[in-house]
Amino acid sequence: MSVALQARGLRKSYGEQEVVCGVDLDVAAGECFGLLGPNGAGKTTTLKLCLGLIDPDAGSARLLGHEVPAHAREARARIGVVPQFDSLDPDFTVAENLVVYGRYFGMRDAEIEARIAQLLEFAGLNGRAHSRIQTLSGGMKRRLTLARALVNDPQLLFMDEPTTGLDPQARHLIWERLRQLTNEGRTLILTTHFMEEAERLCQRLAIMDRGRIIASGSPRALISEHIESQVVEVHGPGSEEWMAQARALAPRVERAGETVFCYAEEAEPLLAGLRGRSELAYLHRPANLEDLFLKLTGRDLRD
Amino acid sequence: MYAIPALSTRFVPVWRRHFLVWRKLAIPSILGNLGEPLIMLFGLGYGLGAVMGEQGGTSYFAFLAAGFVASSTMYAASFEALFSAFSRMHVQKTWEAIVNAPMTLDDVLLGEWMWATTKALAAGMCMLLVVALLGYATSPLALAAIPAAVLVALAFGGMGLAINAIANGYDFFSYYMTLVLTPMMMLSGVFFPVAQMPDVIQALARALPLYHGVQMVRSLLSGALPDHLLVHIAVLLGYAAAGFYLATVLTRRRLLL
Repeated sequence: MSVALQARGLRKSYGEQEVVCGVDLDVAAGECFGLLGPNGAGKTTTLKLCLGLIDPDAGSARLLGHEVPAHAREARARIGVVPQFDSLDPDFTVAENLVVYGRYFGMRDAEIEARIAQLLEFAGLNGRAHSRIQTLSGGMKRRLTLARALVNDPQLLFMDEPTTGLDPQARHLIWERLRQLTNEGRTLILTTHFMEEAERLCQRLAIMDRGRIIASGSPRALISEHIESQVVEVHGPGSEEWMAQARALAPRVERAGETVFCYAEEAEPLLAGLRGRSELAYLHRPANLEDLFLKLTGRDLRD
Repeated sequence: MYAIPALSTRFVPVWRRHFLVWRKLAIPSILGNLGEPLIMLFGLGYGLGAVMGEQGGTSYFAFLAAGFVASSTMYAASFEALFSAFSRMHVQKTWEAIVNAPMTLDDVLLGEWMWATTKALAAGMCMLLVVALLGYATSPLALAAIPAAVLVALAFGGMGLAINAIANGYDFFSYYMTLVLTPMMMLSGVFFPVAQMPDVIQALARALPLYHGVQMVRSLLSGALPDHLLVHIAVLLGYAAAGFYLATVLTRRRLLL
């Protein structure tokens, strides 16, 4: 399998603070790879280092076979980027945004115009070619940004939090489109802090915290490797007292606010203990990526 | 970091982007470029002209008009390289979008510089047209005021982009406008001849790019080759090159590090 991205020992500091502290990444061609982490973990800086947009203090990266940042321009010719913040041209129509962007890739106007209908179809923006950007909803702008990233028919797409700030409908539509892109054989690299998004889309992911990769693998493998398979969440009056009891029934018990989280391979003893205690509300569910994420990165707020 | 900016024709799509935006907003933009200097020119030219009498063998109106060709060019280049470039760099994230494509910051900056020069040239040419229509530019040498305005535009576009690279907001530009451009306009012989000022002020004026632009344009419009043509060209080119180099280094430091 060919390699889309290989990074070794990437480091980047801003002033005293080291934001990326020795990151290694391997992304195979054709896979959807997720970079997960809380706010400020260094995800965006890592992406920018991989794209050759900023110079690393140490380490190296190869992107689609090109040394980065030395030959980042050649690599970026075959790459599409969906940045975290909206950077559409507000003075232009939908179609003008695509034409102007395509020119940065050295494409001729006729060549770009021939792709517009297809790109708008993909983005669910049929009939909006001549709409002004201000008239688009947040979800439509995001889809247009995705269409813009596809103007050069890229092999590899970088997406920085592609669905942040979108409502569930808009998010599901983006997910569906991203799956379509992987089915077409394109490589996807995305950052997110939505665990559900990572679980649904990514074949492999890396969890990043404080500038380091702290775990990587497939979502299922990561969960089974790092965390108990069953979760029972308990809340209600008396949950504190229940916590003491739960400690005997589950290997790991945590409290977050009013809720007690019990993690165990076998949930039955916990459930048996909860039956008949009407003051306690509980929820039994399989462990997911969010549980893993919270275990690895902690429950403290990140700003 | 300190490398000489890479100049290539890849800047053209950036220039075309700015041109497309301008085309949509052309009429208010032209009125803005032309309105204020014209009002000043007619107000001061006729009002003050009645008191001032002739200056250097021409009417005060013609004297002032030549100065305004250069100063309008300066202001248009500065405005584009400061406020408009800052909007694109910081507010709209246009530069970020461009460098995600196979473009570099050097390409973006060169596009900004060439665009600021284009817009400033257009503003200067509007003034020049007014001057010509009023019959103050009859010599064929007046056409040479066009490349002279290009030099002024390059100098102030490059300097403006350097200031843009260190700006933390639009307010920052008022320092530059108030502390640099306005005094420069007073000292560069736009409103009154530099020759009547004290020697030390004259020496200071000769170090300013606008002074050389004004002297060159005024002489050419009156149909005479400027006495120190090569000095004027060299000073303006020097400011242009130094300004753009500084802009490149400071912008790299701001965005690439």
